[in-house]
Amino acid sequence: NFPTSKGSGRVISWARSGQLRLPGLDRVFPGPLTTVFPNPGSVSPRESSRHPPCRGRKTVRTLTLARSTGVPVLLRPSSMDAKDILGLQKTSFPSAQEKKPRAPKEPQRKPDGVSREVYALTGGVGMAPLMPTIEASHLKRRPAVEKEKVAWQWLPFTSSARTDNLQLYHWVRVVNNVPPTGDYDFAKYNTKVDVLKYTDEEYEKYLTEPTWSREETDQLFELCQRFDLRFIVIADRFPTARSVEDLKSRYYSVTRALLIARARSFDEVAGNPLVKETFNAAHETERKRALSALFSQTKQQERKDAEVLAEAKRIMESRAANKNVEEAGAPTSLPNAAVPADGVSPLSNNLPSSAATHPAAAANTSIPDTLRMLKVYLRTHALDQMVQAVTASAGIRMIKRVDQTLQDLGVNLKPKVPTKAVCAEHLELRNEILTLLNIQKQLQNKEAEVLANRESSFTEAPTTPKRSNRDIDRPFVPDMAGFGGERAVKRDHKRKTTGRFDAPPSPTQGKRPRKMKASD
Amino acid sequence: QNKKLKDVEISFPIVYGTISFWLGKKASEYNSHKWTVYIRSATNEDLSVIVKRVVFQLHPSFTNPTRVVEQPPFELSESGWGEFEIAITLYFHSDVCEKRLDLFHQLKLYPEEDAGPQSTKKPVVVETYDEVVFPEPTEAFFLRVQNHPAATVPRLPPGMTLSSPGPMELMSHDKKRFDTKDHSLSQWFSNFSEADELLKLAAARQQVQAHIAKLRRQLSMIEGMPQQSRVI
Repeated sequence: NFPTSKGSGRVISWARSGQLRLPGLDRVFPGPLTTVFPNPGSVSPRESSRHPPCRGRKTVRTLTLARSTGVPVLLRPSSMDAKDILGLQKTSFPSAQEKKPRAPKEPQRKPDGVSREVYALTGGVGMAPLMPTIEASHLKRRPAVEKEKVAWQWLPFTSSARTDNLQLYHWVRVVNNVPPTGDYDFAKYNTKVDVLKYTDEEYEKYLTEPTWSREETDQLFELCQRFDLRFIVIADRFPTARSVEDLKSRYYSVTRALLIARARSFDEVAGNPLVKETFNAAHETERKRALSALFSQTKQQERKDAEVLAEAKRIMESRAANKNVEEAGAPTSLPNAAVPADGVSPLSNNLPSSAATHPAAAANTSIPDTLRMLKVYLRTHALDQMVQAVTASAGIRMIKRVDQTLQDLGVNLKPKVPTKAVCAEHLELRNEILTLLNIQKQLQNKEAEVLANRESSFTEAPTTPKRSNRDIDRPFVPDMAGFGGERAVKRDHKRKTTGRFDAPPSPTQGKRPRKMKASD
Repeated sequence: QNKKLKDVEISFPIVYGTISFWLGKKASEYNSHKWTVYIRSATNEDLSVIVKRVVFQLHPSFTNPTRVVEQPPFELSESGWGEFEIAITLYFHSDVCEKRLDLFHQLKLYPEEDAGPQSTKKPVVVETYDEVVFPEPTEAFFLRVQNHPAATVPRLPPGMTLSSPGPMELMSHDKKRFDTKDHSLSQWFSNFSEADELLKLAAARQQVQAHIAKLRRQLSMIEGMPQQSRVI
């Protein structure tokens, strides 16, 4: 029934009461199952400050805690116990400690006005800044106008902008009992237009106009004066229906004529903007019409416009690029062919077919500029440049497919014997493959179109299943005898060639009456 | 004589590469192979007709990694243990071209995976075929090399006449002519024939053209189809 002790090597007997009895010692230590907590009250802060911190705990360290495990733990005797046992002095330096602490204690005492915890947290330093943070000199200087007496008074005022006799009041800053003089501050913003007034004889002499009667002109000018040349309002108020442009042109022409007539010489008024520029009614009408058209565009139109503009931009850029490259013939004809005569859709149709033929022609005639500059180069380098030129125009995905096709055909992507003839043949082959892929794509699109139409007009499921992209892209898959994939590929091969011939019989189906679809 | 001939392209077929032998018993950790890097005419003619000197740039761990070879045969032999990229720079005679031409070759010492134990007798040979092209040779250059076996010289375009008719012996090399026909390593040289590649390319082109024709037919069939199946 005795628990084995680990590593102590001594036989320690457990007394029945659960207390530990060390042989050769009458001291009884508390048993393993009792837990002892250091009494917080017993270690006062004063004590802890007097003694080195560990001291306080040393007295309780022997009481090892087993509370967390709940497993009886053998209490390990500490050095205290050892000293106890051996009868050595327990405390090695308490006497030396007693005398010292009184003096150093003072500076450590917490300052008043601060809680103990805060003081402890901040470490007792950095409580008060050593320097004042706000310099008196940094503060805004008060204006030195402190000698004068300033008061605020509620006084009446007049404004030259008002034509009536309304008496208004406001707060005024009065200095030394002297109220401010001068006009109302904001009267200067009351701008007025100088609408000229003509006399009867002036009218007879300079201002007659077949489409405008005297009364109408008078009315116009009266309204202009009244409404400060706000023509929209004037047009609204005008008794007879006249357009804004009409009114404007009449006003401006009259004023202009008047100015010129009244001036002693033309040069005098030549600087006047009314004289310098004449009002262009037609232009204005057109401008407003265009604006409203733009504003009332539908989304469709907006998109179309954007498309056309983008297309034009592209054409301009390709034209500029072609100019730089100095290529003759085929490539420059490409943007020419692509300029849309009408709309955007014919453009997109033209491009694939022309792109198919052009690279072939282009490759033969065009030598990249980078090559032309070289006095000496390697044939392989030249071939690389040409292939890159094609890549730039066709796109990386296309080129990957071309490479794949080359591999399928058993041709090296880079010729092993790059002579002039071999390189030329290689390039030709690449271009032909490009053409092939483009036609394939065209065919695919056309088939999809037909399929879509058939699905919409007929109820039965289409007989030609959709082809996977995989076998479309690889028309020359090499024979892989014994591989499972071979059969699948071959089957689709056949279908590709014969499948299309299912199409012609369809017209007979069209004659059958349509079944009603649920969606109809 | 300095007039440039437009649309007259002179090219020199070349082969460059490395041959490396395992040292067998004499191999140590830092010296397992002896190898030679070289550049030669594809038909083993004398390249010094255009090449003034060749500079081989080796791995910096070699002493004096920049090796200059001023006379044919343009090659360099060394021994070592590591594979690295060698830069081969060709400098031409002044009447040929002012600019230099750079080539790069990866030195290969070890054979492919499944070659079995190495042999001191069978080297690892890696050769690359290429052609040095001079797109606009000067008249002088043209005249000098037009009959040289290392050069591929086209016929002059019709209407083009040279200022001085007949070949001229402008440059006489004092150096002894050195071609690589009887070179010690010539037994390992590969024979590059364009015939194979041309045949293959021609066959491929035929296939592609046939396929294009077939697809074009299909396309026109669809386009010729009656209205019901098509968007109007």
